[in-house]
Amino acid sequence: MKYLDEYRDPTVAVGYIRAISNLVTRPRMIMEVCGGQTHAIMKHGLDRLMPSGVTLLHGPGCPVCVTPVELINAAIALAGQDDVIFCTFGDMMRVPGSKRDLFMVKAAGGDVRTVYSPTDALRTAIANPERQVVFFAIGFETTAPANAATVHQARQRALDNFSILSAQVLIPPAMEFLLSAKDCKVDGFLAAGHVCTVTGYTEYEALAERYNIPIVVTGFEPLDILRGIHMVLEQLESGRSEVSNAYPRAVQREGNVSARRLIDKVFRVTDRAWRGFGIIPDSGLELSEEYADFDARRRFALEVTPVAESGRCISGLILRGNKTPRDCPAFGMDCTPDHPLGATMVSSEGACAAYYRYGAEAPTTTSEPGGQT
Amino acid sequence: MSDENFPACPLPISEYPRILLAHGGGGRLMHRLIDDIFVVSFADLALESGHDGAILDRPDGRIAMTTDSYVVDPLFFPGGDIGSLAVCGTVNDLAMCGARPLYLSVGFIIEEGFETALLWNIAQSMRQTARAAGVYIVTGDTKVVDRGRGHGVFINTAGVGVLEQDIHIAPERIRVGDRIIVNGDIGRHGTAIMAVREGLSFEPEIKSDCAALHKAIESLLAAGVEVHCLRDLTRGGLATTLVELAETSGLGLSVNESVVPVCDGVSGACELLGFDPMYVANEGRFAAIVPEGEADRVVEILRTIHGMTECADIGDVISSRSGRATIRGMLGVERVIQMLSGEQLPRIC
Amino acid sequence: MCLAIPGRVLGIDTDERSVRTGRIEFGRMVKSVDMTLVPEAEVGCYVLVHAGFALNVIDEREAELTLGYFAEMAQYDETDERGE
Repeated sequence: MKYLDEYRDPTVAVGYIRAISNLVTRPRMIMEVCGGQTHAIMKHGLDRLMPSGVTLLHGPGCPVCVTPVELINAAIALAGQDDVIFCTFGDMMRVPGSKRDLFMVKAAGGDVRTVYSPTDALRTAIANPERQVVFFAIGFETTAPANAATVHQARQRALDNFSILSAQVLIPPAMEFLLSAKDCKVDGFLAAGHVCTVTGYTEYEALAERYNIPIVVTGFEPLDILRGIHMVLEQLESGRSEVSNAYPRAVQREGNVSARRLIDKVFRVTDRAWRGFGIIPDSGLELSEEYADFDARRRFALEVTPVAESGRCISGLILRGNKTPRDCPAFGMDCTPDHPLGATMVSSEGACAAYYRYGAEAPTTTSEPGGQT
Repeated sequence: MSDENFPACPLPISEYPRILLAHGGGGRLMHRLIDDIFVVSFADLALESGHDGAILDRPDGRIAMTTDSYVVDPLFFPGGDIGSLAVCGTVNDLAMCGARPLYLSVGFIIEEGFETALLWNIAQSMRQTARAAGVYIVTGDTKVVDRGRGHGVFINTAGVGVLEQDIHIAPERIRVGDRIIVNGDIGRHGTAIMAVREGLSFEPEIKSDCAALHKAIESLLAAGVEVHCLRDLTRGGLATTLVELAETSGLGLSVNESVVPVCDGVSGACELLGFDPMYVANEGRFAAIVPEGEADRVVEILRTIHGMTECADIGDVISSRSGRATIRGMLGVERVIQMLSGEQLPRIC
Repeated sequence: MCLAIPGRVLGIDTDERSVRTGRIEFGRMVKSVDMTLVPEAEVGCYVLVHAGFALNVIDEREAELTLGYFAEMAQYDETDERGE
């Protein structure tokens, strides 16, 4: 496929690995904050191809992982209501709340439907005027304009049976949260390419300057990621800390102006709890006053009560880059993709799930199932 | 909906355009349904009719038996329908034992309100598929459940076949050094289904690979190929089959991603929805595990005699990584293949 | 975040409510995609598609430049000092 296959050429990858190995003079830790990049790194084994000095960290880049349990509980409560058709991206179906997940709600008779696009949810509302349709609006800035456009279209159509439960989050505040920690070990960032397709990257320039850290806007194919890593290392080795763009075919500095305008119109910035981190100020989106009628929390008078996490789960530390999945005694044993204890095992893009699936296996002992399923 | 070239349904559809509960009630209406739809469809395939069971001549050789139930949604999809699936799936399970499929039973569970014309089409599809496969549908059963308690129609088929040769095809025969062959490109069935569900269109259309595989297997056996193991790739795709075989045999199965055949349409759909083609369902594909010396011959036979042009040798059985299936990716890195806990769902992340 | 893939615009329609949708081709697959976010997109260009929406028009010139860098990198020699 055009604009995909060309970015997977193994001979180029070999060249980049050699160049990276020659470039690095001391240990470096580079963090990506995008589940799609985690996925690509694990699938193609890029972390294993890195020279020993370069460690790739997987930050809070998966909106599924970082959605707090209380919002999942709210989703589950809504989905279980008789008059509701609950629409969600497939990513969220297996995420456990305090007691159940959406699959279980469906099995118990809830009308839960997976959709590829928020417009599928809108069409469901149009086709079912006598039922309330709620769309679970998760995502980073990449998905925000699609969600915004859909809510806007719902208003154009004067639909009174469509609403969204917003769990939208914003990346730069999370990056700042990580960078401002005293024990932050991150030397450089790969900025999520498709987030920047929407927002542009001017917001990252202040971060790079304030924290003296290179940030490279990076794509998702293996060669794009290798290029991003190479550019971060070049900056580190030459003492620079700027924002540069390794994904110019899809990202411009100003981003997508139409998309940003729509987000600003339909949503407003709010504080948001991140699973594993707690509340990060100004890190989420909720519907603006103009569109508040479409807020499912208001429409259904939903109580969203904060929930304490499993004490054994160290996903907060993993998301910050301070620990790896292998450091967790529960990894591959009590905590697997089938019964995840916390954020990073829950979604297939979470660092722990990705490690599990792509072969960084749990240590095996004779008493242990062997981490095969 | 698929009318194909089916002859018209003799049951006066204007009289009963939809199946009623009474059609499963054991009385006159049910007999009419059976006679007018099923016996008419399967008459020249069935050896006996009108009895509760079929009396069959005992074949020469060991008997293989299998059963499977079919609940596919949508019922009709590009390249097939629940009926053709129900015949091919069970025929294939017999073929994977090395058996020649002979007889099928078929059980229908029909939801009240299901369109009679569609039931006719399904029965006709089963007739055509069974005839092309050379198997007989010899007995069956019909039930009707209340509206809302069935998804249109569910079908169960059980199959009986014969192993004429003294062969043993099973995971325990797999040996280190064996080659792993797939008979074609993967992921077509799941993609065809997904296309209907997600409103994807393909130009040209992607059809399910639903097909009976026993004649291809018979060619291999007739040519004297030493086949160690066969497994058809169904739900869960090639990846799941490899994991199952690795776990059952206790050996390591290693495949090379760059030679696993995937057609462009399947690739595109998987990229869009975030699927891995290795886990997408198939209904006309199998993996054959054969000694290294036989691999070229197997590929040759399947390609030239059965038109399986995308047949490929994708890997081998290794002495390390016992009990695991592994895949060498595009960049040369090996990773362990895991089973998914459920089916793949379209994702955004 | 995340899953977005490039496709070619085969045609663009506007419905009665002025919502623009495009027929987008990905390899051999065609899907209908909401074009609200890319008013500048034209037939024949490539767009990046996420969750049923086109997010941006692919800059084909930049794509070629990137492939050029990649071609050079495929020839990488340890004695080179190459910067981007």
